[in-house]
Amino acid sequence: MPQIVVEQLVKTYQIAERAPGLWGAVRGLARRRHRTVRALDGASFAIERGELVGYIGPNGAGKSTTVKALSGILVPDSGRCEVAGRVPWQQRLDHVARIGVVFGQRTQLWWDLPVVESFELLRDIYRVPPDRFARSRDQLIALLDLAPLLDVPVRQLSLGQRMRCDLAAALLHAPDILFLDEPTIGLDAVSKLAVRAFIQRLNRDDGVTVILTTHDMDDIEALCTRVMVFAGGRILSDGTLGELRRRVSRERWLTIDLARADAVVDEPDATVIRRDGARVWLAFDPEVVAPAELIRRVTSRCAVRDLFVENPPIETVVARLYAAHRVDERGAAGGGAT
Amino acid sequence: MIGPGVDPGRFAPYRALFGARFRMLLQYRAAALGGLVAQTAFGLILIMIYEAFYRSSAAAARPMAFGQIASYVWLGQAVIMMLPWNVDEEMRGMVRSGGVAHELCRPVDLYAWWFARALAQRTAPVLLRAVPLVAVSTLGLPLVGLAEWRLAAPVSLAAGVGFGLAMLCGLALACAMSVLLYISWLWTVVAEGTLVIVSTVVSMCSGLLVPLPLFPGWVAPVLRWLPFAGLLDQPAQIYSGRIPAAEVAIVLAREVGWVVVLVALGRRLLGRGLRRVVVHGG
Repeated sequence: MPQIVVEQLVKTYQIAERAPGLWGAVRGLARRRHRTVRALDGASFAIERGELVGYIGPNGAGKSTTVKALSGILVPDSGRCEVAGRVPWQQRLDHVARIGVVFGQRTQLWWDLPVVESFELLRDIYRVPPDRFARSRDQLIALLDLAPLLDVPVRQLSLGQRMRCDLAAALLHAPDILFLDEPTIGLDAVSKLAVRAFIQRLNRDDGVTVILTTHDMDDIEALCTRVMVFAGGRILSDGTLGELRRRVSRERWLTIDLARADAVVDEPDATVIRRDGARVWLAFDPEVVAPAELIRRVTSRCAVRDLFVENPPIETVVARLYAAHRVDERGAAGGGAT
Repeated sequence: MIGPGVDPGRFAPYRALFGARFRMLLQYRAAALGGLVAQTAFGLILIMIYEAFYRSSAAAARPMAFGQIASYVWLGQAVIMMLPWNVDEEMRGMVRSGGVAHELCRPVDLYAWWFARALAQRTAPVLLRAVPLVAVSTLGLPLVGLAEWRLAAPVSLAAGVGFGLAMLCGLALACAMSVLLYISWLWTVVAEGTLVIVSTVVSMCSGLLVPLPLFPGWVAPVLRWLPFAGLLDQPAQIYSGRIPAAEVAIVLAREVGWVVVLVALGRRLLGRGLRRVVVHGG
């Protein structure tokens, strides 16, 4: 049986609105207008133990709402949700004691306390036996290179340092599921790589199920065996990165460095999507023309210094998926405004 | 009463949070020094006002002896940080950023969690200020020739013990009220609204601004039965002997009764508030 089961999850928010300007503010005092926003609109999925799943989607798509429902801090309006047999918001205390949660936008540590004291506080909160605590603390300190940070108050840490400490803090009680909400947001390149390497190791070596939301497609490419694309509170796509690509488009790109900048590339089965001096980007469908055949044709017509075939960047794939979804939405009956 | 169950291990998280917050709050020495200056000045002003009133009024119209008023004022200034009229900055920040819901990520009973937090908030700053303020008002004032304005010793040992017990109950009341304040923020985005209301009510009804026995005839008994009297007025009246030692048990019973009511109310409201918590972002 899957570790996480979500069926037809729905969550709506009431958002107070007021007309702009002074008159709007005055009217708002007497009567509030509310608008209903569907943050989750019937999302369903199942996740097996040990998976590393990425949630992507534009802001307001329902990713974080899903994470909050799964981590027991938000009660959905309807639908079923079970994590290791527990309904998160009904068995909250029992549930949150066995999961780890990291929100990139806010720390779970205490601003005024040195890192090591935060860890000790967490030991008491999660009631981790002292020997087990010492073992997991020392291991996390070594893996995340926290030794120089232990006596620093959290408010003085850089974002990258804080994120490493937050990851350790979420894992001191050895949870078997880890939720990460934008774990790499705002981090520099080195910190991102460190965080990714750690998450990967955690999943591979310790078998921890990891669910992460992100806007950084490199996170997805580097980490996730499975990607769920959220939009408008629904899941547009669920599968491996390869499946996502195939679903959206079979398109490949051929990048050519020509010997001469004025050479003309004109292929009936491919489109020039960009040209920059001697460099040309061609988009083609490998089912229409095989890459080998296309390369043969191009090289037979003009002198080529270098070329390579690649997939369109994942950003492009996802942007197309969103665009297609918006077209659908306009076709369907309007939003949920009341 | 505060946390369910009797297993001592169950209280570990709350004890740990209290300890951490308490140690952290003890670091604010500059704020304590500023507070000492402000509270001394404020106490002196209040006492001067009452002295002026007492000089110009007939002895029969005085519900309290002047010495009792002076002690009452100093006790109020000493425990001013215990009264639930100011807030914990961090909680306020948490409300504004919608982070209250994130407290739910921890495997703790949120009411007991916030109570432990309030307990640190209502004790550490008090200790920092009360100790030097008591020294100034008991020993310092006689040295400069203002012995009449000093904080006198409790009238008897029994009064001293009764005061200590009533103040402990007052602390529990202050914490229960603080948690109610935190809970009210589940319904509002800006903490200031409820804070202004509560701080006004607390400073009027606890006796901080005007000792409750000085209120007109029908108001004083009403105020005495409200929970706010337990914060300062009742303990201070036990201290100065206006409430005799024989009646201390009644005061304590009333305070404990209110603690039970406020905790029960807080737990109920918290349960309801959490169901409607809106977590920002999606």
